[in-house]
Amino acid sequence: MLRQTEHLPQPSKASSNDPVIEMRNVSTSFGEHVVHSDINLEIHRAEIFAIIGGSGSGKSTLLREMILLQRPNSGTIRILGIELKDISELDALALRKRWGVMFQHGGLFGALTIKENVGLPLHEHTALSDAQIDDIADAKLNMTGLKPEVADQFPSELSGGMMKRASLARALALEPELLFLDEPTAGLDPVSAAGVDALVMQLRDQFKLTIVMITHDMDMLWQVADRVAVLADGKVQEVGSMQALSQSENPSVKSFFMGHRGQAAMQRNLTPLENIKE
Amino acid sequence: MKNPTFTLDFVTRVGKNTVNMVNQLVDMLSFIGEVAITLGKSVMQPKRIRWRPILFNIRTAGFDALPIVGLLSFLLGVVVAYQGAGQLRQYGANIFVADLIGLSMLREFAPLITAIIVAGRSGSAYAAQIGTMAVTEEIDAMRTLGISPQEMLVVPKLVALIIVLPLLTVFADVLGIFGGMLMASTQLDVGFIEFLDRFVKAVGPTSFLVGVGKAPVFAAIIAIVGCYQGFMTKGGADSVGRQTTRSVVQSIFLVIVADALFSIAFSLLDL
Repeated sequence: MLRQTEHLPQPSKASSNDPVIEMRNVSTSFGEHVVHSDINLEIHRAEIFAIIGGSGSGKSTLLREMILLQRPNSGTIRILGIELKDISELDALALRKRWGVMFQHGGLFGALTIKENVGLPLHEHTALSDAQIDDIADAKLNMTGLKPEVADQFPSELSGGMMKRASLARALALEPELLFLDEPTAGLDPVSAAGVDALVMQLRDQFKLTIVMITHDMDMLWQVADRVAVLADGKVQEVGSMQALSQSENPSVKSFFMGHRGQAAMQRNLTPLENIKE
Repeated sequence: MKNPTFTLDFVTRVGKNTVNMVNQLVDMLSFIGEVAITLGKSVMQPKRIRWRPILFNIRTAGFDALPIVGLLSFLLGVVVAYQGAGQLRQYGANIFVADLIGLSMLREFAPLITAIIVAGRSGSAYAAQIGTMAVTEEIDAMRTLGISPQEMLVVPKLVALIIVLPLLTVFADVLGIFGGMLMASTQLDVGFIEFLDRFVKAVGPTSFLVGVGKAPVFAAIIAIVGCYQGFMTKGGADSVGRQTTRSVVQSIFLVIVADALFSIAFSLLDL
């Protein structure tokens, strides 16, 4: 009964204006160590949303809580209108089919070829024939810019960048509405990283995907992120576009832009814009 | 209290270790519960049973283990007969070598040596496989793809091992007795026919069933401990090694404890 009254104020209809992800007062701690306290975030449809923060600021934990790998101690998380707390196994499965996750190290199954990896979610959750699944897997691999000969290789035979692309292809297999990317460009050379930037933009523009990512890559943040949340000391310090954040007076936000890497990235990414204005 | 810091250190350590052990026990119990639920679901919906990994595990844990299990139980039979031969000869009780070999092999040695070999071979492989998958985010990926790691990784191993370990035990029975028989004929002048004649009289079917009946329990212990330690892997590659070692030590320990409990139970039941 209590749960029903809690649900009452929430509008039950899912309009396209509702946030795709809504976090309210989310707090997490491991024993004595407080990871976050009272996190509030809203992520909208077809938005590229980035979460940044120093090591140990709890961004990975936040992501894991969104994708049902971990539970916060308190607070509510609603994703695509579904409350994650006390979610039934059936609802969880339905939700998992609506999002894709690309892991930092790919998370590809070492015992399967790349094509089998990409086809696995389809094998598990659809009644498609093997031939159809093969076609879809090929198409997804092609979309993420992998060559056809990669399809029959095993993950251990691929470079880091190719593994990330393959992981992305698998995340896209079930045509998700929502995509989570954990450090999509970490460990990539600048050319591959730029390729990932372009791919992320393309996915959002073509398929209207909502993309949530964790990244340290300042160039990527400038290039693709619509809004960025800065996480520090267990709280969301500020949310806004990179332009807005770069003007912020908040010391923990400032520290991101003050380092020489942050400065250099800002220079690189701001100058062309200013040139155009002139 | 000559050295208070030492005493305090010691007490703290004992306390910490106790808490750790209790936590591990609780974790293990909840893991067993999860596995039981998944197994129950698989039985209710046979469509969800994954036959391919089951067959694969039957081959790797069972068929591929035949040479080593066979060789070791053969040698065990030889050693037991050889050790017994001296004593039996003193009393002129040569023919009782069949009793000695038959009862000790069927009841104790074959199930135990098989379980220990399989714990070392397959239990460690389970822990290493699942541990590596945990480190490389494959387990997380599996969960986010809506595939239950229990269903995909644990249940097939458990089912396969429960099928395979009794079969391996029977194989070990046969080769162990063959080893003993060979020794009996060379050391004690008890020919194969004489041996088998006595064997049939001395060893009843209960002895065989008691031995083979223990195997599924040992199988469950090995599979669950191996998988549990795999899932406990956190952090880097060094953790995989640690959990693998722990799985072997723990499963052999538990197998022997279970065997002792079986002995008590069987003697109470007069089996």
